[in-house]
Amino acid sequence: MQEPVVTEARTTDRELLDFVMRTPRWFFGSTVVFGAILAAGFAVFILLLMFGLQYFGYSHPVYWSFPIVNLVFWIGISHAGIMVSAILRLSQAEWRRPVTRAAEVLTIFSLLTAMLMPIVHSGRPWRTLYWEFPYDWIRGAWPNPRSPLVWDPSAIFTYLLSTLMFVYIALLPDLALARDKASDPVRRVLFTILAMGFRGTSRQWRIQAIAGILLSAIILPIFVSVHSIVSWDFAVTSLPGWHNTVFAPYFVIGAVHSGVSAVVTVTIVLRKILKLENYIKADHIDSLARLLIAVAVTWGFFLFLDFGFGLYGEEPAEVATWMKRTFEMPWLVLAPIFIFTAFLFPVPMWLFRNVRRSFKWMFITTVSVNIGMWLERYLLIVPGLERKSDLQFVYGEFTPSWGEGIIVTASFALVMLGVLTFAKLLPIIPAADVKEGQILAEKFAVGKTDVPAAMRE
Amino acid sequence: MAAEQRRELLGLFEEPDQAADAFTRLREAGFGDTDLEVISSTPYPEGAFGEAHIKHRLFTFPFAGAICGLVIGTAWVVGAQISEPLVTGGKPIVAVPAIIQILYEGTLLAAVIFTVIGILFESRLPDGVGLYDKRISDGYIGVSVLATDPKMLAARQSLEQAGAVDIIAKDGSIMSSPQESTAS
Repeated sequence: MQEPVVTEARTTDRELLDFVMRTPRWFFGSTVVFGAILAAGFAVFILLLMFGLQYFGYSHPVYWSFPIVNLVFWIGISHAGIMVSAILRLSQAEWRRPVTRAAEVLTIFSLLTAMLMPIVHSGRPWRTLYWEFPYDWIRGAWPNPRSPLVWDPSAIFTYLLSTLMFVYIALLPDLALARDKASDPVRRVLFTILAMGFRGTSRQWRIQAIAGILLSAIILPIFVSVHSIVSWDFAVTSLPGWHNTVFAPYFVIGAVHSGVSAVVTVTIVLRKILKLENYIKADHIDSLARLLIAVAVTWGFFLFLDFGFGLYGEEPAEVATWMKRTFEMPWLVLAPIFIFTAFLFPVPMWLFRNVRRSFKWMFITTVSVNIGMWLERYLLIVPGLERKSDLQFVYGEFTPSWGEGIIVTASFALVMLGVLTFAKLLPIIPAADVKEGQILAEKFAVGKTDVPAAMRE
Repeated sequence: MAAEQRRELLGLFEEPDQAADAFTRLREAGFGDTDLEVISSTPYPEGAFGEAHIKHRLFTFPFAGAICGLVIGTAWVVGAQISEPLVTGGKPIVAVPAIIQILYEGTLLAAVIFTVIGILFESRLPDGVGLYDKRISDGYIGVSVLATDPKMLAARQSLEQAGAVDIIAKDGSIMSSPQESTAS
């Protein structure tokens, strides 16, 4: 049975706007820490621009490494927002209410971070600009729309813009609430402009309800397309280990696995630091964990298919790539860590109710999933490139450098700082949505027990 | 003869039942669906106050957007391929299977943009003219009525009889606590 959020409407508003209106001391400390890590990442990027890609551990033929691993990883995380928000909205799952916005915000910042990665990866972004944008009209220099390097940005831009609009529309009632509650004149003016005069008429509420469902229905196909197209960045090449037909659904479900896990991690952290215990309860995490079991098992099936298809074709190059991924150092060590952290450890744990309802264990298991999922992308990308193929006379092995390590760490700092800054500016839990849930959580008696009634239109 | 000017009154209620009662009284006093509006900080189920089912055309917006997006996307990528005719792998210059992804994204992006425009249009946003009071954010429920001068008294009486804690006109409160009322 779902535990409804039961607080008085005014208390809900006050508690959810508390962090927006008041700045605790730890916020400055965390901003400084994340800012310092970001500054280190920016310094590495400047070094790359000035002196080239020597600060990365590239060695011929491995020129795709941590930034591309990071690109795939963060796009995967971005699938959390739409999976949790859109699918749960469409299915009118009552427990979605406190977790949707954190998921959507995580989508925005992970997508923005992902988009930075190809820029970092290229080392000379101004030289790659013409791959994407038709900037030189006079000479007729157009991008090649048949290339995945154009498909990919078009999908990511579409996803980012759609998510931004989706979040903005869902934010309108809370912007109006923040407008009414803001004491600081600057914030009041800002919220007044952003709220666009939202008053909460019955018409506006009705349109809000339909808008959530309608936008969810449109964004879902975009969500599926984005990681499919990311998978085709690899799959349209002829490189062994990169072009299984199962790649698109395998990438999509992998993205959902890591994304929903990231939502659980972020939700647990926000609950703790923003004191949201009245709104994010064990039931919410339990429900997400049940969803994760289904997602993880499906992902495990596709992982097995990728492996099976790779070997079943008996294509020597493909088999050799899988042998390298499995039996050669360092992949020999990394592959079991990946399988253990992404699947063998968390999934059996989630089968226990006590684990699903424990914030500590859910935090540990979901962090574990994302360690594994980052390694999955690393194992997917680098060994395929590293294998010596025919007519390749100069080749080396990839060794990660300090520069790549800093870029990866900075990308995590960027996402965390982004989510935290959003939570500082606007309510990270949708107040209107939670209050609607409270109205619908009126109880009625069934036999000797009281059951919350969830009314849906 | 010039049409009679209509003015807005906003009654504030502490309880949803009182707001529903005000709605009933206003209907009995001859006000129609287009004259009445409920304003709240929380979405109540449609019809909770006796308000009419809301008609809208929101569902047409994504379709219109999708068609525009498909047309623009097609023109864009086909135009790009014709403008820079690079033969790749012996395939045709305009290779449809290789551009479907971009057409798909263009179609869906325009569908989302049009839907958002539709949401704002159907929500009557931006709204800078309707009466509003910050107490609505504290949980009060507003019942707004548009009335011509001859019916203004009947509107006010209906709101008062239903238990309004305050009634606001454009110039401020006409009942109590004038300092708290604002016209947004």
